[in-house]
Amino acid sequence: MTRTHVQCNVNGDEVDFLTDPAESLLNALRDQLGLLGVKEGCGTGDCGACSIMLDDAVTCACLVFAAEAERSTIVTIEGLADADKLHPLQQCFLEGAALQCGVCTPGFLIAAKALLDRNPDPTETEVRYALAGNLCRCTGYDKIIRSVLAAAEEMRNDHGVSL
Amino acid sequence: MTATDQTATKQTATEQTTTEQTAAAAYKWVGTRPVRPDGVDKVTGKAQFGADRVLPGMLEGVVARSPHAHARIVSIDTTAAAAMPGVHAVITGADFPDLSDSGASADDVSRSRNVMARDKVLYVGHVVAAVAAQTRRQARAAADAIVVEYDVLDHVLTLDQATADGAPLLHPEMVARGIDPEDARPNTASRVAHERGDLDVGFANADVIIERSFTTQAVHQGYIEPHAAVADVTRDGRAELWCSSQGHFAIRSMSTTVLGWELSDVKVTPAEIGGGFGGKTTIYLEPLSLLLSQRSGRPVRMVMDRNEVFTASGPTSGSNIRVKLGATAAGALTAADIMLEYEAGAFPGSPVGAAAMTAIACYDVPNFSVVGFDVVLNRPKTAAYRAPGAPAAAFAVESVLDEVARELSIDPIDLRLMNAAVEGTQASYGPTFPRIGFVETLEAIRHCDHYQSPLGPNQGRGIGCGFWFNVGGNSTATVNVHEDGRLTVMTGSPDIGGSRSSMALFAAEELGIDVNTIQSIIGDTDTIGFADVTGGSRVTLSTGAAVIEACREMREDLCRRAALMWDVDRDLVEWVDGRAQHVDRTETPLSLADVAAKAGRTGGPISVTAAMNMRGAGAGFSTQVVDVEIDPETGQTSVVRFTTAQDAGTAIHPSYVEGQMQGGVVQGIGWALNETYTYREDGSLDNDSFLDYRVPVASDLPMIDTIIVEVPNPAHPYGVRGVGEVGIVPTMGAVANAIHDAIGHRLCDLPMSPMRILDAINQGNG
Repeated sequence: MTRTHVQCNVNGDEVDFLTDPAESLLNALRDQLGLLGVKEGCGTGDCGACSIMLDDAVTCACLVFAAEAERSTIVTIEGLADADKLHPLQQCFLEGAALQCGVCTPGFLIAAKALLDRNPDPTETEVRYALAGNLCRCTGYDKIIRSVLAAAEEMRNDHGVSL
Repeated sequence: MTATDQTATKQTATEQTTTEQTAAAAYKWVGTRPVRPDGVDKVTGKAQFGADRVLPGMLEGVVARSPHAHARIVSIDTTAAAAMPGVHAVITGADFPDLSDSGASADDVSRSRNVMARDKVLYVGHVVAAVAAQTRRQARAAADAIVVEYDVLDHVLTLDQATADGAPLLHPEMVARGIDPEDARPNTASRVAHERGDLDVGFANADVIIERSFTTQAVHQGYIEPHAAVADVTRDGRAELWCSSQGHFAIRSMSTTVLGWELSDVKVTPAEIGGGFGGKTTIYLEPLSLLLSQRSGRPVRMVMDRNEVFTASGPTSGSNIRVKLGATAAGALTAADIMLEYEAGAFPGSPVGAAAMTAIACYDVPNFSVVGFDVVLNRPKTAAYRAPGAPAAAFAVESVLDEVARELSIDPIDLRLMNAAVEGTQASYGPTFPRIGFVETLEAIRHCDHYQSPLGPNQGRGIGCGFWFNVGGNSTATVNVHEDGRLTVMTGSPDIGGSRSSMALFAAEELGIDVNTIQSIIGDTDTIGFADVTGGSRVTLSTGAAVIEACREMREDLCRRAALMWDVDRDLVEWVDGRAQHVDRTETPLSLADVAAKAGRTGGPISVTAAMNMRGAGAGFSTQVVDVEIDPETGQTSVVRFTTAQDAGTAIHPSYVEGQMQGGVVQGIGWALNETYTYREDGSLDNDSFLDYRVPVASDLPMIDTIIVEVPNPAHPYGVRGVGEVGIVPTMGAVANAIHDAIGHRLCDLPMSPMRILDAINQGNG
């Protein structure tokens, strides 16, 4: 089978790999690039556990062929924190007990980051709809929603965003 | 201080007020909310779940499954598959020992035939073969090339079909337990009964008698992480298995039993578990990956696709339930007659026993009969799901109680208070309750802002209650002091709800040290002593008790060592605030680090292991109030407000107590409103994806307000009751009662979908 050469930027690194035409971006990220923080919960785009930022759009990596990632910019959960400091969303998830088993957490954090990037002051309802594509079976979402709202507030205060 | 004095409530509702006048106020660390030990790894993507283990030379394994709901296997030809590119091993039922005449237990025989069919397939998705190949795609192609010849048999998909006269039998050799031969019905594996008093007298004393029949549907636990296992069998016969489970010791014994291997030849390492809710207390891929690894001489990873999770891993039972209650005009329950029929799936073992034990355990009823039947049918073998058996039974009982309250014009909380089980009540399942907190949960709801608030148009309010045992069992804990004086706490209990935090909090409290300096980990089967599965809400309760015992022994050891260092009598040393102190304050106190630094001179390394089988339980109760709003045009139900009160005994880490309460409620809301297995006539599952099997999402829900009630469990050193399960038990009944309040009609069939609600409204108006 002919393999395609793919070049893209993942979490700030220029990377390249060979992929066959049927390989999903999820499998390429996990199996070829070792980014095991990207989780597979369903493989059909229904659970959001494999959410990544693909050129600034929240995307289920299981729904994209790896070959489609050519020249794209990707952020996964592994790229969310700075070297020495967690992202405020990560810190608020920890302090707000927003995770139990944690397998959905990477997807939620990516989806929440995408929300706050475009809307730094969301309402509870806006958070709920922005995260409606991410399934969590442990928490009942309560503490996740609270933690996203807390992170939004903290980021607004830190960045001096006037609203 | 009496138990009553220690009782208090901690409300962390929308307004986030917290009243810390609790039993926990006596503690420094217990009752605080530190960041969980596994937290940072889980928010940065580093946590390793079952599918995240990668070994050099690892093969990928897949499973071939039956397309038929019921068929005899005539032959299996793997020749072509075995010769395909990349294929290293192919296994079928012929590669497993036949346990049926080996003296193995019936459960072991069932499990063995569930993980790999033998002679017959009993549901669509039943495993008939497995393949290991270099890539998953090669393995799948080979699995598809396996030729199985079937002799297709008639199948049964519902309780009514399964028990009808002349129904096709799944297990013709099955001997029903608890049923006289003349009363035997097809496919009925067992009958359980709990009876007391005289039903005729009870109903004769009743002023109101209400009887309703209910149906509930099979629902899946819905953990987001599919089952996964990685096996590596070495040529000396030793094997390692990494997998995500609720009990790696159980996985080891079940896997080696079905393989006929020596138990202790296999080391099982628990991966992080991406949700279980009871569904990961049994084996599916584990023995297959072990055998494929042995046959290929290579590590083998197997991961289920989501449709396999739905099709072939344990849902919980659907049920038929009939409840008849009698009460006096004043509201005293006089009699309860309850029949429970639960789907076991393809092999015996539904949770109907627990359903029968819990059905009326909240109440003190003088005359009752609770009879349950375990029925096999051509669906996947059911597995445990959060308070197994209890939620469906509670849905029926709480619905009929609501009818009784309406008939008698008694407030639903008052009716429950009048009949509530209290300390000294003989539980419907036998023992006498010690101090319990059911009444306190009812009072907490009665007095909460939610219960007092007005309802809007098209809204209704419902109450529901529930009980769960919270079991004890076997646990091991080892506490090690490092050379720098810091602590590692290790147990054998996989952490599915934050229990590593609880273990660290117990150790911090007992030894007076900062919880954030403690490592709290789970050992593999070669490293730590035995533990029963993480299930029954037992870990904080009984593994916690083992940690506490180990820490107390360590405190004694530390005092002994300090006495040696000071050359004084042991009796002159006490352990205060994390330091050894001379009772007369004549010596400079010694910290853990000070004692650790001299450990070699005071008896060697500082390490204590406690292993115990904790008897008894920590009976837990929950009361919930829910407001729903019904769209009269579409029949759509929105849950607009929810408050749950639960007796935690003592909340060790309140955030994770709340998390268990909220998670249980939302699973209950899904079970009540959306979730159901839908089968085609041919026995295949019609909704085997998260798109079609719709679990609640964030936009479906309000905040879930929690009231932690703390009535300490007298059987536990910190009063812990266990909190994981009871939170799901009241929810379906509460939602049904709220819907009745909103539309004036009783829905007795789950899920209470928009179509059913519209039908109820239209029939009522017709």
